[in-house]
Amino acid sequence: MLKARVIPCLDVKDGRVVKGINFVNLRDAGDPVEQARVYDAQGADELCFLDINASHENRGVMLDVVRRTAEQCFMPLTVGGGVRTVDDVRALLLAGADKVSINTAAVQNPDFVREAARKFGSQCIVVAIDARRGTWPSNQTYFEVFTHGGRKATGIDAVDWARRMVEAGAGELLLTSMDRDGTRQGFDIEFTRTIADTVPIPVIASGGVGSLDHLVDGIRDGHATAVLAASIFHYGEFSIAQAKAHLRSAGIAVRD
Amino acid sequence: MTVAIIDYGSGNLRSAAKAFERAVRDHGLAEDVAVTPDAERVATAEHIVLPGVGAFADCRRGLLALDGMMAALDEAVRLRGRPFLGICVGMQLMATRGLEHGEHPGFDWIAGDVREIPAAPGRPVPHMGWNDLRVASGDHPVLRGIEDGDHAYFVHSYALVCEQPADVLATVDYGRPLAAVVGHGNIIGTQFHPEKSQAIGLKFLANFLSWRP
Repeated sequence: MLKARVIPCLDVKDGRVVKGINFVNLRDAGDPVEQARVYDAQGADELCFLDINASHENRGVMLDVVRRTAEQCFMPLTVGGGVRTVDDVRALLLAGADKVSINTAAVQNPDFVREAARKFGSQCIVVAIDARRGTWPSNQTYFEVFTHGGRKATGIDAVDWARRMVEAGAGELLLTSMDRDGTRQGFDIEFTRTIADTVPIPVIASGGVGSLDHLVDGIRDGHATAVLAASIFHYGEFSIAQAKAHLRSAGIAVRD
Repeated sequence: MTVAIIDYGSGNLRSAAKAFERAVRDHGLAEDVAVTPDAERVATAEHIVLPGVGAFADCRRGLLALDGMMAALDEAVRLRGRPFLGICVGMQLMATRGLEHGEHPGFDWIAGDVREIPAAPGRPVPHMGWNDLRVASGDHPVLRGIEDGDHAYFVHSYALVCEQPADVLATVDYGRPLAAVVGHGNIIGTQFHPEKSQAIGLKFLANFLSWRP
């Protein structure tokens, strides 16, 4: 059977890892490639790089990181942050990324997702949806899409948006609750499950992981097929292997 | 000795090339890895690899656009029996027909159709991630050392449905058995990505390079 995926995410700025771990035997804890190799050896199912200050000027730095990672880690790699054009997608894929994650640019131009999926295939197009909770006067909860790293409200309902992105050709959705991101209180399970139960494509839960139980919640209750976390792995608090052992003990099938 | 990875504008050839280089190094093989759009180089290679990501028709179009490539493949693979590996859509192209966005002819090297995987609750499509193999043909040289329960990385929305059960060398379960490895004579194909399947993938690639069908 298909296994639930555990995906460590590395925030990369100017080609360096932000909040890097200090594993023993690392020559350079700030080098994303070194960190990627650690996660690879620990049994991560995929890797994710997020370029947090992507700009035209430093694009080449990230491409070099992707290239060097793909030479050494024979596992799936997703890269996000500042992906705005078909040329951006092509350059990342040619450098060795398997999937690219599109966020703000999808909202600014939904046809970009359609065009990228048509050119490169849905399998490599991940649409990242950052959302916050809101409440209607009727007291019903809704989830609103935010862009620009969660700073800018769009007025778009996240469930509608998820459907539209599937229709445009997204192959996977990366869901981040901006209410939970950085809080260590766990995923927003209602948000994750609402979208996962709506779309026919795989969904990755992200934002808010503070314990290994939260990973279990994301799969079991959030109906995600993958869980993504950054800080619990960065700081060496838990290894990927510990995360998987915990999922397994909760009855969730994972890869050894 | 050369393994030729056919470059027809389909996606991530760098990963495939790097994985082959690593497999060559780790397993002490003597083989050059060439990524090439040149039919002549493919015709003279000892091993031929057709990777592929994206849509069936797009990949087919890209391949047909290479001058003399189909004729070179036909001669090297069909007449001279050179070992051939198709990966993902490269494997699907070996089928009789692809039924993705219309009906498109494949090479017809493996009898069967490429059909959409139906999505179901709790079973999203693409079939994306690590799934465990059920090896149907344990004595195939390219599957040497690869066992039931070993995991490989998949990402696909369409699957090859073979007419001949004997052509299916390994399957994975995703609501139903899906073809994971198919083969016939000197050709073999994987629906999974060996270049993304860590140690098992590298072992598979090394086995392919050592294969003398």
